[in-house]
Amino acid sequence: MVRSDVQLMLDVKAGEEVSFELLLHRYRTPLVHFLYRMVRDQASAEDLAQEVFLRVYRAREQYEPSAKFTTWMFRIATNLALNAKRDGRHRQLEVSIGQPGETAGETNTGHAPSVEVADAQPGIESELIARDRTAMIRLAIEALPEKQRAAVLLHKYQEMGYDEIAKVLQCSESALKSLLFRAYETLRTELAPLVETGRAPAARAKSGEVRTS
Amino acid sequence: MNCQRMEKNLIAYLDGKASASERRKVEAHLAECGECHERAEQFRMLWGVLDEWPAPPPSANFDANVLAHVAEAPARAGFWAWLIPSPRAAFALTAVVLLSVWLSSMRPSRPSQVVVAQSSGGEADFKMIEDLPVLEDYDVLSNFDALSYLPASPAPATQVQPRL
Repeated sequence: MVRSDVQLMLDVKAGEEVSFELLLHRYRTPLVHFLYRMVRDQASAEDLAQEVFLRVYRAREQYEPSAKFTTWMFRIATNLALNAKRDGRHRQLEVSIGQPGETAGETNTGHAPSVEVADAQPGIESELIARDRTAMIRLAIEALPEKQRAAVLLHKYQEMGYDEIAKVLQCSESALKSLLFRAYETLRTELAPLVETGRAPAARAKSGEVRTS
Repeated sequence: MNCQRMEKNLIAYLDGKASASERRKVEAHLAECGECHERAEQFRMLWGVLDEWPAPPPSANFDANVLAHVAEAPARAGFWAWLIPSPRAAFALTAVVLLSVWLSSMRPSRPSQVVVAQSSGGEADFKMIEDLPVLEDYDVLSNFDALSYLPASPAPATQVQPRL
């Protein structure tokens, strides 16, 4: 039987360390993905994700199952990421379009990019196009006001429900829907070249990430 | 429903999370408003475009790093935790204790002179003791054991008078 997040957290509170490892295993990927898109840097995202898990662990004594575990965890993550962005501690150097590691399907683990000096490779043109498209998406989302950005990431990439996102961002569901509408309206304008030449319309196509609800 | 109301309802409609009545209202508006219809179609396409931004998975040593940090986290507060003061308070308390010890060690300077004087002979001893204001009432103090080495009471009188 799969134990719920709340049960696992209560077990952690009771001193069962193994339950913490289960929570870590369950949420490390969505958390790192979310933070990567918030701070746009893999190393910083992992640092912040570690901090989130550490804070969850330290707060185990005070944990009360009144709020959903993921709501609590993503609220911590959102606040840490926004503070990090404001402090500029995790701001990368100015990045031009075509930053290594942003290519679709490529994982950025902080190592040197593996696609340098690949003129002779077939398909390099389509790869460059994909990289440009990815960079445009990233820059457009990054240009959103911070609350809209967090809302889009939680809605589009984490596939959270409105009620939970509203609790994470501490606003009403109605305000959240307006927030999302305005954010997607901005993105529709900013990414018009991509949307117009968009691929097959996908009704909220699955991004293959772990659902948090 | 008008265009402004769509701001609150379009996202839930596209997500398939609108109620039946909301869905009917949105569909009715989309059927008559070309601008909102276009927006709805482009929102759907936009969501497909956004999927093109991948995020890398956590590195292989992520779990180990987290667990290492957790292992360093302070143990849960025990019953005696309240006894442990802050480092600043501990330093202040230690400083006060050391200062007290040092000050108390300064005080017995005069009695030590008495002790030294004890070994230098009867008359000199008495002169030293005589100078001490505490010995004004000699008759009383002579009863103390500490002064038992002093000469008998007539003797001091005879020794002191010539000096005066």
